[in-house]
Amino acid sequence: MEKSIIDFFYLICIVLFIIGLKRLSSPDTAKKGNIIAGIGMGLAILVALFQPLEGGANNYLWIVGGLILGGVIGYIAAIRVKMTAMPEMVSLFNGLGGACSMLIATVEFYNLEPGTAMMSTEVLTIIFALFVGSIAFTGSIVAWGKLDGFLRDSLVLPAPQILNLVLLLTVIGLSAYIMYLPEINYTLVWILLIVSMVYGVTFVTPIGGGDMPVVISLLNSFTGIAAAGAGLIYGNQVMIVGGIIVGAAGTILTVLMCNAMNRSLFNVVIGGFGAAGQSSGSDREQVAKEISLSDTAIQLKYSNKVMIVPGYGLAVAQAQHTCHDLEKALEAEGVDVRYAIHPVAGRMPGHMNVLLAEADVPYPKLLELEEANEQMPSTDMVLVIGANDVVNPAAKEDQGSPIYGMPILDVELAKTVIVLKRSMRPGYAGIENPLFFGDKTKMLFGDAKDSLSKLKAEVANA
Amino acid sequence: MDYILHFITSNIEMLYILVFAVFLGMEVISKVPTVLHTPLMSGANAISGVVVIGAIILIRSAEADSYIKLTVGMLGIALATVNVIGGFAVTDRMLHMFKKKKK
Repeated sequence: MEKSIIDFFYLICIVLFIIGLKRLSSPDTAKKGNIIAGIGMGLAILVALFQPLEGGANNYLWIVGGLILGGVIGYIAAIRVKMTAMPEMVSLFNGLGGACSMLIATVEFYNLEPGTAMMSTEVLTIIFALFVGSIAFTGSIVAWGKLDGFLRDSLVLPAPQILNLVLLLTVIGLSAYIMYLPEINYTLVWILLIVSMVYGVTFVTPIGGGDMPVVISLLNSFTGIAAAGAGLIYGNQVMIVGGIIVGAAGTILTVLMCNAMNRSLFNVVIGGFGAAGQSSGSDREQVAKEISLSDTAIQLKYSNKVMIVPGYGLAVAQAQHTCHDLEKALEAEGVDVRYAIHPVAGRMPGHMNVLLAEADVPYPKLLELEEANEQMPSTDMVLVIGANDVVNPAAKEDQGSPIYGMPILDVELAKTVIVLKRSMRPGYAGIENPLFFGDKTKMLFGDAKDSLSKLKAEVANA
Repeated sequence: MDYILHFITSNIEMLYILVFAVFLGMEVISKVPTVLHTPLMSGANAISGVVVIGAIILIRSAEADSYIKLTVGMLGIALATVNVIGGFAVTDRMLHMFKKKKK
C-alpha cells in the first residue's frame, strides 16, 4: 500500500481514539466510546500489519501467534474476572502494556547500527521508553498484588523516600553515562533495565489503602507515555499521539481522583510514607475510605432499597427538609427509601421522628429499631446522616467499650454503608467507631445539609 | 546548546504534535463525573496498548532467523494484546453493569 494511504489510515485511528475517549467521559455515550476506541485499535493493528517496511522478513506467523495468544488470554481474563476484582485486573493489564514498551526498547538497543552516536535523540528515546515502560510494568504488578491481597500493604521499605531518590538518581546517572560513552555498553543497558524495574517496585510499595486507584491511574499514564516513547523510536504517529493522549488524560484523571478525595497528588505519592510508618505502631490499619458526592448519588440512584439512619448531626445541620427532598428524588427514580430510627438517635427519644415529621416525611417510612434491623440484609445502601454511636458495632463486639450492650442498628448487614459526617471526630460518647473503617463503609465528609442538597441535585440530574 | 537547537529545528513537527496531543488529552476528559473514573481509566489503559504496533513493526523488520528478537517481539505482542483486548472487554463489562441496574 502507498505510504500516504497508510498515514491517512493512521490518522483515522487517532481520530477514533480521541472520539472514543471523549465519549467515555460521559455516562450516556461511554459504552459506544469504548467500542469506537476499540475499532480504532483494530484498524491501527491492521494498518501496522500492511504498512510498507524496508528490509525484514515480515514474519507474519510470529505476529499472528502473539496476537492470538494475547487476545485469547486477555479476553478470557476479562470475562472471567469478578466485578469486585476489576481494579487489580486493570492494573495487571496496564503492567503488561508497560512490559511491551520495555521489551521493545531492550530489543531496539540491539538493533542500533554499529557506530551509532550514543549522544543522539535515538538513544535518548530508547532509554526513555525503557525506563518509563519498566516503571509502569513492575509498578503495576505491585499495585495488582496489593489490590489482590497477595502483597501486604504493611510491607515497609527502609527509608523509602531516600531509597527512591537514590534509585532515580542512579537511573539518570546511568543513562547519562551510557550516552556519554562512545560505544554502546550492553552491560550498562541491562543494569539500567534492572534498576528501572526495581524503581517501579519501590515507587509503588509505600503507597497503599485507598490511594491505590490513584496510583493505578498514574501508572496508566506512565504506560501511555512509554508507548509514546516507543512510538518515537519508530516515528509512528498513532503510537506517539495515542500514547501521549493517554498519558495526558491519565495524568488529569489522576489529579481529578485526588481532588475527589481532597488530596494532592504529591500527598498521595509522598503521604504513603507517613501511613506506612503509623501502621507499624498499631496492629490493624485504620483507613477510612472516602467517597465523592457524584459516586454516592449514582450508587443511590441504582439501588433498589435505601435506608437512611438519621442522627444528631441531621438535627444540628437542620437538614431534615433537604433529606426529605433527597428521599423524594430517589423515590421518583423508583428507589425504596426508609428511615431507620434508633431510640436514642439525636439527643432525646423521638427527636428524629419529630424532626422528620416536621419535614413531612410520611410516617410509615419511619422504622423502629427491630423492624429496621430485620430489613437491613435486603437493603442495598445505608445512608448514615450525622449518626454515630447508634451504629457503632463496638456496642456488640467490644466488651471494654462504654456503650457495650447498647442495641444498635446493624447497618453492616446492608450491602453498602455511606456515612455523612463533618470529620472523623468520635460521636457523643467520645469513642472510636470501627464502622467507619469497615469494609463496606465509605465516608462522605461535609456539612449534612450541603451534602444532601448536592446529592439531591445529582440524583435529579444524572 | 547547539545540540539542543539542532534537535528542536530538526524535530519541530514532532514537537508540535507532542504539545497538541498533551493539551488534547487534558481537554478531552476534563469534565468527567467521578463515577466514570474507573471505566475511563480502564478504557484509556486499553488505548495505551497501542504499543502493540511497535512490537508488530519490530517483528516485521527482523530477519527470519533472529529467533531471540522474534521471541521477545512475540512476547511483546502477546502482552500488549492482553492489555488491548482485556482492557476493552473489561471496560465494556463495567459499563454494561452500569446501565443494566437502572430500573
